[in-house]
Amino acid sequence: MKKSVWIIAGLLLPVLGWASGGAMYPNDEIDVDWGDKAAMQRGAKLFVNYCMGCHSLEYMRYNRMGKDLGISDELLRENLIFTTNKNGEQTKVGEQMRINMDKEYAETAFGTAPPDLTLIARSRGTHWLYNYLRGFYVDDSRPLGVNNSVFPNVGMPHVLMGLEGLKKAVVETHKDDEGNEKAVIVGFEKISDGSMSEAEYNQAVKDLVSFLDYVGEPIKQKRKNVGIGVLVFLFIFLILAILLKKEYWKDVH
Amino acid sequence: MSSEGVDKSRRRFLTAATSVVGGVGVAFAAYPFLATWMPSAKAQSAGAPVEAGIGKMEPGQQLVVKWRGKPVWIVRRDEQMLSGLKKNEELDVLRDPMSDESIQPDYCKNEHRSIKPEYLIAIGICTHLGCSPTYRPELAPADLGPDWQGGFFCPCHGSKFDLAARVFKGVPAPTNLVIPPHKYLSDATVLIGEDDGEA
Amino acid sequence: MSNQNNLLAWIDARFPLTKMWNEHLAQYYAPKNFNFWYYFGSLALLVLVLQIVTGIFLTMQYKPYGALAFGSVEYIMRDVDWGWLIRYLHSTGASFFFIVVYLHMFRGMMYGSYQKPRELVWLFGMFIFLALMAEAFMGYLLPWGQMSYWGAQVIISLFGAIPVIGDDITLFIRGDYVISDATLNRFFALHVIAVPIILLALVVMHIIALHEVGSNNPDGVDIKKLKDENGVPLDGIPFHPYYSVKDIVGVAGFLIIFSLVVFFFPEMHGYFLEHANFVPANPFKTPEHIAPVWYFTPFYAILRAVPDKLLGVIAMFAAIVMLFLLPWFDRGKVRSIRYRSGAFKLILVIFVISFIGLGYLGALPPTVGRTWAARLFTLGYFGYFFALWFISKNENTKPVPERVTS
Repeated sequence: MKKSVWIIAGLLLPVLGWASGGAMYPNDEIDVDWGDKAAMQRGAKLFVNYCMGCHSLEYMRYNRMGKDLGISDELLRENLIFTTNKNGEQTKVGEQMRINMDKEYAETAFGTAPPDLTLIARSRGTHWLYNYLRGFYVDDSRPLGVNNSVFPNVGMPHVLMGLEGLKKAVVETHKDDEGNEKAVIVGFEKISDGSMSEAEYNQAVKDLVSFLDYVGEPIKQKRKNVGIGVLVFLFIFLILAILLKKEYWKDVH
Repeated sequence: MSSEGVDKSRRRFLTAATSVVGGVGVAFAAYPFLATWMPSAKAQSAGAPVEAGIGKMEPGQQLVVKWRGKPVWIVRRDEQMLSGLKKNEELDVLRDPMSDESIQPDYCKNEHRSIKPEYLIAIGICTHLGCSPTYRPELAPADLGPDWQGGFFCPCHGSKFDLAARVFKGVPAPTNLVIPPHKYLSDATVLIGEDDGEA
Repeated sequence: MSNQNNLLAWIDARFPLTKMWNEHLAQYYAPKNFNFWYYFGSLALLVLVLQIVTGIFLTMQYKPYGALAFGSVEYIMRDVDWGWLIRYLHSTGASFFFIVVYLHMFRGMMYGSYQKPRELVWLFGMFIFLALMAEAFMGYLLPWGQMSYWGAQVIISLFGAIPVIGDDITLFIRGDYVISDATLNRFFALHVIAVPIILLALVVMHIIALHEVGSNNPDGVDIKKLKDENGVPLDGIPFHPYYSVKDIVGVAGFLIIFSLVVFFFPEMHGYFLEHANFVPANPFKTPEHIAPVWYFTPFYAILRAVPDKLLGVIAMFAAIVMLFLLPWFDRGKVRSIRYRSGAFKLILVIFVISFIGLGYLGALPPTVGRTWAARLFTLGYFGYFFALWFISKNENTKPVPERVTS
């Protein structure tokens, strides 16, 4: 009787399959190493130099980042804080990583205001970010001359062009499930060099993504450390509770 | 069901052990909840030390800056004001002239309660019930009597302080006004909220 | 007489402390054959307390104001010492509340705990479930992320399906033409004060009703039929200490699993905290795929399975009404699945598969195939109640023993 149920369930499974996320190119895996503070520091440096013109980290405080990544207040002031307050004084270390860009101006310039990136690693995921930042290619039909294979028609320019150089897309025509033909990007070809080799650029993007992953949830490492302690304690408690229960239940026949 | 042949001591031991471990667990669990009441990173950032420019202060002038949400007074005392401090000691009107019972950094436990005699830096919150006294630098005004050498008067309950923020006898305030930690970054700037004693 | 006893006597003369202790714990006789499934009642109570305590501490930092709400959650996560833990406990607690309550309800269905004389226990429980869904739904708006906003938008729009007055009702619930500050503020008040008070009152009634009729057990036999010379049921044991020490084991086991999620998988791959909810609410941009949080997906899938808006809404609410009426759909005299017919077992299995299947489908974007699967499962879900009504009339049951089995 139960078998028939499983057979019915088995027949249904094919129609339940997960939505195919659409083949993304590039589609490389990334593993963020939370022990690698140096990588996150390099990522922070890249962020304040290349991204912070347009993107804020409005929930992240400079000195929290300094404390977690091992950067002193002096080094923060010298190397990482380029923002100022209304009076033109350098932003204080205890303040958040906000920017002065006018949202309305940004909307006219880019079509949509560049989003705050504090939580981008939590909403998009590190895998998406890693491939997105490596997915810019030359496309003359776009206003800024570049397009992105992971986020088609994105309004963002290729800010890291000087590092990566430029590449063009290799396009193939594929047929989808309904038989319609559709252009699919299957690779890139380098057309001009940047200051970094491909491996160096990949590492730089990985550093940047590691940093954003940290910014998304600065407590992540500590959270896991606390969790181990809590679990050890609870196991001890569980054992005691089981012994206590067994002791009392000797009465029950 | 029966309780015959039960090892009472084992039962008592296990009950006690589980209770103690459980109690420790509850105490550990309570800590994060209580910790959320401490000043947050935002409050700490807002309470960070503040710099005050004193280069342009006139003698006798009072400057008020905000540190940790409280008014901090900076008064530039002239010669007459400083001699008024001596006068108050001679008149024996002060409750704690040597600041033995009052709160100030060690480097300000002196007769003028400051690093430099010229500048008084004090938290402008009355030690009685937390009102902010008013600055009354004039000599012998009608309401404060002929012996008034200049100082601070709290309108809430009439507490009086001299220009070294020392409390008078016979007023409700128990101690002198608090002197915050501070240090001079230069002749023209003082940093309030941090001194060299702190890391 | 010791001082302690004097104090107790003093209190007892003024407040029935000892009497209540005995009635509900020391002399409340529960069947001695409770199994694994009987942990979830006390665990639901534990999670309720956890949610109330963490909730109180969150309200101390949270700002129920559209422009500040999202930021105040991140403030809790970053700037408040240990705020992240309180928030994760609360968000994970919400999901675990439903896990525990669903298992608790399934236990009742398996062992016929809703049958006479426990209909009111079941009904109070169902009202708790209803209040819990309202509580969870309103709580989910508070982080003011994209999923909060659009999820609430979709659910409130359901009321628009009501003929004639539907649009006015949605306007009334929102207090604005779109979900706005007004909506957030009233949801906050309801989530933090109104619904919790109702929940607590219902829990008290649920327990009083249970202790009036006594607990059911995996054999479904009535332990009150056979008593010893002192009037104590032969198969009953005092709740305290026997079940209090047993429930501590359940609590410890539960906390281990709960902590695993809180400390290692607080997002639960987007099921407990959805990815799109890390983007602040934007009334101009709907996320690509809106799904309610997992505990609502079975009912959401039923809604989507029906091609008509009004009928869909009716079907969704009917799915819950069916559960309310369960004690009257079941006309059987035998409670426990152990002694019921094969037909009963079959329809219960189909029901469980349908419920899980609906939950799974409700979390995914609809396709033609999935919609048909959801329709099949919807049939399985509703079919359970009608099939139960038919088969329970003259059910081919096994003999129920006099005493509980161990």
